[in-house]
Amino acid sequence: MGDAPGTPAFAKRQQGGRSLRAGGAAISANQSSSSSPNLSPNPNPTVPPNRCTAALVLADGTVIRGRGLGAAGTVVGEVCFNTGMTGYEESLSDPSFAGQILTFTFPHIGNVGANGEDEETARPAVRGVVLRADVTAPSNFRATQGLDGWLAHHGIPGIAGVDTRKLTRAIRERGAPSGALVHDPDGNPDLDAALELAMSWPGLEGMDLAREVTTTEPYEWDQTRWRLGAGYGTRTSSRFRVVAVDYGAKRNILRCLASAGCAVTVVPAATSGEDILALCPDGVFLSNGPGDPAATAAYAVPAIRAVLRAGLPLMGICLGHQLLSLALGARTKKMHQGHRGANHPVKDLATGKVEITSQNHGFVVDAATLPANAEVTHTSLFDGSLEGIRLVDAPVFSVQYHPEASPGPQDSHYLFARFTALMERRA
Amino acid sequence: MPKRTDLKSILIIGAGPIVIGQACEFDYSGTQACQALKEEGYRVILVNSNPATIMTDPEFADATYIEPVTPEVVARIIEKERPDALLPTMGGQTALNVAVALAGNGTLKKFGVEMIGASREAIHKAEDREQFRRAMDAIGLESPKSRTVHSLAEARDALAETGLPAILRPSYTLGGTGASVVTEREQFDSQVQTALDASMVDEVLIEESVLGWKEFEMEVVRDRNDNCIIVCSIENFDPMGVHTGDSITVAPALTLTDKEYQLLRNASIAVLREIGVETGGSNVQFAIDPVTGRMVVIEMNPRVSRSSALASKATGFPIAKVAARLAVGYTLDELVNDITGTTPASFEPTIDYVVTKIPRFTFEKFPGTSDRLTTSMKSVGEAMAIGRSFQESLQKALRSMETGLVGLDEPEGAGAMDARQRLAAVERPTPERLQWIAQAFRDGLSVADVHDACRVDPWFLRQIADLIAVEEEVRANGLPDDATGLRRLKSMGFSDARLGLLTGVEESQVRAMRHGHGVLPVFKRVDTCAAEFESHTPYMYSTYESADWDGPGRADDDEAKPSNRAKVVVLGGGPNRIGQGIEFDYCCVHAAYALSEAGIESVMVNCNPETVSTDYDTSDRLYFEPLTLEDVLELIRVERTSGEFLGVIVQFGGQTPLKLARGLEAAGVPILGTSPDAIDLAEDRKRFQQLLTRLGLRQPRNALATSMAEAVAGAATIGYPVVIRPSYVLGGRAMEIVHDEAGLRRYMGAAVRASGRAPVLIDDYLSEATELDVDALSDGDDVFVAGIMEHIEEAGVHSGDSACSLPPYTVDPATVDELRRQTEELARALGVVGLMNAQFAVKDGEIFVLEVNPRASRTVPFVAKATGRPIVKIAARLMAGEKLSAFSLGVSGAPVGHVAVKEAVFPFDRFPGVDILLGPEMRSTGEVMGLDRDFARAFAKSQLAAGVRLPDSGTVFVSVKDGDKAPVAQVARRLAEMGFSLLATDGTAKYLAAAGIQADRVNKVGEGSPHIVDRIQAGGVHLVINTTEGALAIADSFEIRRTALTRHIPHYTTMAGARAAVLAIATMRSGPLEVTPLQSYSNNTI
Repeated sequence: MGDAPGTPAFAKRQQGGRSLRAGGAAISANQSSSSSPNLSPNPNPTVPPNRCTAALVLADGTVIRGRGLGAAGTVVGEVCFNTGMTGYEESLSDPSFAGQILTFTFPHIGNVGANGEDEETARPAVRGVVLRADVTAPSNFRATQGLDGWLAHHGIPGIAGVDTRKLTRAIRERGAPSGALVHDPDGNPDLDAALELAMSWPGLEGMDLAREVTTTEPYEWDQTRWRLGAGYGTRTSSRFRVVAVDYGAKRNILRCLASAGCAVTVVPAATSGEDILALCPDGVFLSNGPGDPAATAAYAVPAIRAVLRAGLPLMGICLGHQLLSLALGARTKKMHQGHRGANHPVKDLATGKVEITSQNHGFVVDAATLPANAEVTHTSLFDGSLEGIRLVDAPVFSVQYHPEASPGPQDSHYLFARFTALMERRA
Repeated sequence: MPKRTDLKSILIIGAGPIVIGQACEFDYSGTQACQALKEEGYRVILVNSNPATIMTDPEFADATYIEPVTPEVVARIIEKERPDALLPTMGGQTALNVAVALAGNGTLKKFGVEMIGASREAIHKAEDREQFRRAMDAIGLESPKSRTVHSLAEARDALAETGLPAILRPSYTLGGTGASVVTEREQFDSQVQTALDASMVDEVLIEESVLGWKEFEMEVVRDRNDNCIIVCSIENFDPMGVHTGDSITVAPALTLTDKEYQLLRNASIAVLREIGVETGGSNVQFAIDPVTGRMVVIEMNPRVSRSSALASKATGFPIAKVAARLAVGYTLDELVNDITGTTPASFEPTIDYVVTKIPRFTFEKFPGTSDRLTTSMKSVGEAMAIGRSFQESLQKALRSMETGLVGLDEPEGAGAMDARQRLAAVERPTPERLQWIAQAFRDGLSVADVHDACRVDPWFLRQIADLIAVEEEVRANGLPDDATGLRRLKSMGFSDARLGLLTGVEESQVRAMRHGHGVLPVFKRVDTCAAEFESHTPYMYSTYESADWDGPGRADDDEAKPSNRAKVVVLGGGPNRIGQGIEFDYCCVHAAYALSEAGIESVMVNCNPETVSTDYDTSDRLYFEPLTLEDVLELIRVERTSGEFLGVIVQFGGQTPLKLARGLEAAGVPILGTSPDAIDLAEDRKRFQQLLTRLGLRQPRNALATSMAEAVAGAATIGYPVVIRPSYVLGGRAMEIVHDEAGLRRYMGAAVRASGRAPVLIDDYLSEATELDVDALSDGDDVFVAGIMEHIEEAGVHSGDSACSLPPYTVDPATVDELRRQTEELARALGVVGLMNAQFAVKDGEIFVLEVNPRASRTVPFVAKATGRPIVKIAARLMAGEKLSAFSLGVSGAPVGHVAVKEAVFPFDRFPGVDILLGPEMRSTGEVMGLDRDFARAFAKSQLAAGVRLPDSGTVFVSVKDGDKAPVAQVARRLAEMGFSLLATDGTAKYLAAAGIQADRVNKVGEGSPHIVDRIQAGGVHLVINTTEGALAIADSFEIRRTALTRHIPHYTTMAGARAAVLAIATMRSGPLEVTPLQSYSNNTI
């Protein structure tokens, strides 16, 4: 998205709920012109790559030239990476990537095109994408268009032909830099302007990006998880009423809740505790989301504290986990090296079992600052960092990683059952 | 959970000889398992009959039994060693089958041995088709529709359910033996019968065809705490219908969305749980309907497999090592990821490159068999390549194959074919199909057309179409004269050689131009984590990256980071093939070990994922790269930037690195050991002849020919029969015994391709001569003869196919000593530094030098095992500058106090229609060793280890050529004395009768039923002795040999072999074979 931060871009977000299938159909209709994307040739295989049509300019002055893709334009953000080998459509539409330019370490991105069905939000918030190989024509029975077209449709510029491993190593060693990505199909990217933009970008610290990606209006969600051949289903029973606070929620979280028998009402990030409780939920869910948790905490913490006071079962994921921790009086800090992949081992300290998880976070809760009634339940086996907590005196827990997967392994789906069990016990 | 302390000793079963479907990947896994369990402090007992393995080196186990891997022999080892546990998952199907048999017959229970890694129940559930299908139903996973049958009648009923095409899968076989696709009703009956014969339990699954579907494999590891990880996903380029071992495969899977991938992941883990694989690695295979995404489970292996080796090399995750530790009680989170050194093994490797594996075939050695690829595996090896894009990895893999390809070369014979024939070649799965696909794009066919013909996923097809489009652009415009253009071509994986071919420029000129523009590869590391964490393991591959970085981040990102140590590069052997296999990998691995022991850094280069040499901790540094001059020069360029570069070892990897020696030397790279000139001297017929004349040594009369006329004249001077072969080939490629001028003309006309422009060698064929192999060590001054082996089959049978005995068993001591003397003289004269192999023929007391190879030979591991001397390690250190006197080796050529017999193992059962007669062209895939105190026992063990069960009573069929009639009488008399009944064809029966030996006459096939083949079919024959010569007689008796083969009846096609077999039968009748560990033979180990 080429929009400057803060531009209201959520007009359609409330359609993410009940009206989703209509929205999905609209996307399909858009693409029906390319009737069989699977058998079309790759775009311009023999066009010489000599023309630089895109550049990624880092705040330290590094200029990486490459070939542009997706939308034309200039974007600025934090340059991060993800090591997942599948699920780029989900990642690119994950609102948690707001404010970020996403580098994929796997070289071939776009092989299976895009299908709309795998989108995690209606309006992707990632700012730009950095790839090693050129995007190819898609090959997959569910593909409805190529990734290039999908990126263009969503206003996301990209650059291909980059040594993404070198970039990843640089990020690993020096931290995630600010960068500006320019895609100029005419081959004259304005590098000076890009450098200026990158240098002037303030960075994610202190940035409340949840406010940008959250829904503006509450809505109901009843779509359940995907099945091969059947697609998404519709919730048939409603055992529990759950209010999900949307800080940038991925749809699959809502689907997992619906599949677990929850009637979900999604509310905007800034919804007050009073308004949440007024919906008479059996449990409250705090979603994932982008940005600096400390910044979002300003309005989220009071609401969460109200929920905690009411003694309601509560579950948090990622940013939701961090906001819960802040509400409990703990502190968060920016990690030197964030967790960005779908292969992270997390140990459930209660069972001793290891789950392979999907992760995407650059901030972490400082375990030393947790209150006495909070217990660490999960830790990362990669770096020992905190991955999950629960309250010993209340039906409350949260995890730093993404149990909803999508993309990534589904080992942690059991946590949604843990949430409904808490609601069950209380009922 | 920490490791188990209730176990003290563990028996590991190896895979036995290299056969198709079970190659050196099981040396890799077995070696890792031995190492891991020894490190954990367990007493490791190992049984494996294959002497060319690293795992059978005496230091890898506490007790190493080089004994036949059969239930009876392993039971005896258990009785003697009393292990607490048995680990059956490291030795392929062989080990599983033996373990199941030992569990079934009560041996394990009797001696209190616990099976770890996989239970008998789990193995049954995974291997028994019907049980497996029921298990899949139970967890809601689809399988292709199928039925298990035990007879032809049942099979016909099942057909109604599955329809055609249908797949036939025999139960309990390895590598898919006997599995086939039936497309036509007329062939159904005979194919079902073949499948029933191949099954150990006369059971076949008839299955709905999913031909043309996409095929995927998942490599799963599970621990006793039910933690499951996927190490690697693999996508087959070739759709369903081609055995995965014969398919081009790619890692990771490239055409799945995350939703589909997670379905496979969940299903794979569910399969392991349901089958009950408690700990260890398994692989699960799936087929996916490309149109609907419907997913069916095809099969699973509850053990480490070929795919596990590939997955380990592709990701850096050491599956076998981890599986061995999990089997003794560890959980994944307790094990460290060796590659990063900082993160645990409980994670899923993620990679930032693409891996392509291409199988290697040897159909040219089996004329008469179809080269169509089916569900029965036929490849003998494979090459793997790593690139940062599919195109780069594919093209690197193609040039790693050493089949002469430098990229997507035009297929042979394309010019003579019309469009319809070319399309048929795209449809038909063969080793050359990839080239035909590329050719189709050259011919202007669309991706849709090609996809319709071959069902290969359009994503792969487009990648190939793009490569061809770029090739055409280069062909039209020439090479770009700028760095950006060249870099683009190189990053697509084009070799300098291919670019040279496309533009009519020498490869060296392309390289010079490229270097002139500063277009060089960078080396990246295989780190299991896509650079998310720092990795300390120097496991590298090359790639071409964009150089378009400016500013502070500009510095080149080459991760090779060569050390400042003194270093030696060891060039490996490349993909396994007949004639060049595990023996050479054994040598390369030993070179690496020896260098490390001598304080020199070892740098390994190889592209074979099955091997121990490509394990990241075998050498100090590993380059997984094609063994071409271009790729090797580039990595040497980087290695030379730091430390002291001592040179390259080319004499351990077989012909592959030798071929590079000249080019490397020309580029100023020091070659360690014997000089390339001496290697050439030994190969060059004229120069070698001069040398022999100077030394006063004899050679069979011979001639050299570069034309038909020269050949005809030469052969006439020598006199027929002659042995004829191209120079510079290994494994007797295209070597033939020619009996007359017509045969010579046919040979010269057709079969010189294997050698290109090099001349053809013609030798006098010394019939009835005894052949001997000698391996020696030399430091240039002193020579040590390490082993003298007498071939059991006469000269004329390729040395790789002949059984042999160390020490010689018929040749007199004076001749043996003269052989030692001649070998020492040859080594000194050639200036050998390192190893040398010489082959001699002895006829009527006279010694003839057949050939000399100043390099490691195929027999070196056998000699090392038989004599207990680490001769390759010593050779490596001689090459690095040490002297022989530094090693107290004792007397050159001194005999050992026991006998070792090597026997070859053949893949004939894979190639219907091929004659099993032995000849000068090597066709064996592997070998076994029989070790005992005398020749008869050692030979008996070698036969048992090779899968030949000699009878102790019954009927022997004898039919021999005239020349063998006199010697066969002796053999027949001995058999009759032992109570065998004899059966003979007319001529042989009459001869035996005249000699006073009673033999029943039986019809030849041509004489009408009931004939000998009917008798064999009916099960009334227990041993076949059949020698033959002349085209007509050979054709007449072909059915006899094939039938004996398919009915698993011991058969000998040479008199020498028959004689040895009779000795073995006699000794086996006198008492059971004892088992003895290698360690107690090798008291003379240095």
